[in-house]
Amino acid sequence: MTDTVRYVAKNMRLDLRLIAEMIPARTKVLDIGSGDGSLIDHLFRTKGCDARGIEIDMAEVTHAVAHGLPVMQGDADSDLAQYPDGAFDYVVLSRTLQAVERPREVLRQMLRIGRHALVSFPNFGHWLVRMQLLWSGRMPMTSVWAKPWHETPNIHPCTIRDFFVLCAEEGYVVEKWLAVDEAGQRSPWRRSEGLANLFGEQALFQLRKA
Amino acid sequence: MLECGIALPHLEVAYRTYGTLNPDRTNAILICHALTADQYVAETHPLTGRPGWWDQVVGAGMAIDTDRHFVICTNVLGGCMGTTGPRSPRGKDPADVWGTDFPPVTIRDMVRAQKRLIDRLGIDKLFAVVGGSMGGMQVLDWAAAYPDHVFAAVPIATAPYHSAQNIAFNEVGRQAIFADPEWKAGRYWEDDGMPTRGLAVARMVAHITYLSEEALTRKFGRRQRSTETASSMAALFSDKFEVESYLQHQGSTFVGRFDANSYLTITRACDYFDLAAEHGDNLSAAFAGTRTRFCLISFTSDWLYPTSASRAVARALNAAAANVSFVEIVSDKGHDAFLLDEPDFHRTLAGFLRGCAEHAGLNK
Repeated sequence: MTDTVRYVAKNMRLDLRLIAEMIPARTKVLDIGSGDGSLIDHLFRTKGCDARGIEIDMAEVTHAVAHGLPVMQGDADSDLAQYPDGAFDYVVLSRTLQAVERPREVLRQMLRIGRHALVSFPNFGHWLVRMQLLWSGRMPMTSVWAKPWHETPNIHPCTIRDFFVLCAEEGYVVEKWLAVDEAGQRSPWRRSEGLANLFGEQALFQLRKA
Repeated sequence: MLECGIALPHLEVAYRTYGTLNPDRTNAILICHALTADQYVAETHPLTGRPGWWDQVVGAGMAIDTDRHFVICTNVLGGCMGTTGPRSPRGKDPADVWGTDFPPVTIRDMVRAQKRLIDRLGIDKLFAVVGGSMGGMQVLDWAAAYPDHVFAAVPIATAPYHSAQNIAFNEVGRQAIFADPEWKAGRYWEDDGMPTRGLAVARMVAHITYLSEEALTRKFGRRQRSTETASSMAALFSDKFEVESYLQHQGSTFVGRFDANSYLTITRACDYFDLAAEHGDNLSAAFAGTRTRFCLISFTSDWLYPTSASRAVARALNAAAANVSFVEIVSDKGHDAFLLDEPDFHRTLAGFLRGCAEHAGLNK
């Protein structure tokens, strides 16, 4: 029925493809910051998942719902608290953690309402970011961190190492993790946290509660 | 048997249908109308000669597509377009009309009357129930009362209960009717009268609540009707501003097609509405375990049933782990936006229903 429901997942971002690969078929999924809904569309069509989205941007929400996708307008900081415990198998937060008001609380909510959390974020520990700050003395601007400090929505940038520390503090089990380059391709620094923190442009974590 | 405990000896439900019921009887959409609308959703109204009240939404190839769906719209219980209401005979004698004795009805009573019709039509499960404003309350109530008989629910520009402000505006309208000498304690129908002044004022007040300040400003501003700025006393009491004559026109056309006792009955039904009340004030309990797919739609400039009311429903549905879509459409047209040409709204509704049709296996 491609004539009636556009297959929005066709041009899905590569990092979303990696996330999709980590989600088993026929599971219940909540995608926080679902954008145009391409991940939930993909999960429904290829894996038969019951996938739903929350998105803060109303134009994106309208677009997604107009394509038949179950998305509600809401935001990660205030709209997770209503969901009952364990409502989902997987809760996804892609490239959004650094932009929320209270990242620690959002993670807690994710692991309260879902059995697993899938979190991706841009790595502020990437060597280019470090070099820029060191040499120019100014806030880094890279293709990942593309907006000036006064314009960026990214109010809580973190490094891969920072994230490992937070997981340890909160007692989360890191079930899987990988560093990816900007295009979302898997990077080879899988074995070393230190190298990943230096060379990975983005990170993807799968967590569960201990 | 109504919620108030009084039994109606005789129930008639007037309805219109569009499109064709499929052999599986799975493609039916019930449309619930707002306060003063009726079953003529997508065809010329027999009394006013005006186009159907949702003819931009319901029709072949439209958001509610009559090529794919069997669309049903009933006149609500307590109405005055054929369904049993204050204007209906109490028993066998056609001259013995209910009038003010018509028992108070609730949104639930309206929904039960619709359910009876749906049963009579041999439809076990509605593909969707869709409605705006008071129609949206019926949609919410359908989903709460008959969760296994509703695949998808679309409550538009509505609220889970009537706020004090909602009730206050309704009360002004009711008092206007009571204040009309033609009201005759509700027995105006005995000599074919109608408290037209009071009913018109009620409509005028209500109509203001349907529009946003921007919409009124855009439509009328401070424009005056005639260029002659007469300072006589006569001019003081005739309508000067365009917005005045617009409202008077709205009032006077309304009284030609509506019944005062129906207006009182239906506004009361809205005021009684509080979906959470029967669930210990826990709205999400009204939807516990529901498998219905919901799409809530609100409009930015609607101050009668604001987005916050729809968001409260969306959150309650989340708490029940229901499948919820929720969209706030940008519009400066106020509450009435759901009846007007709003392409984003129509796209959203169409897309949601198409997506649901896919999940229901209707597209095969």
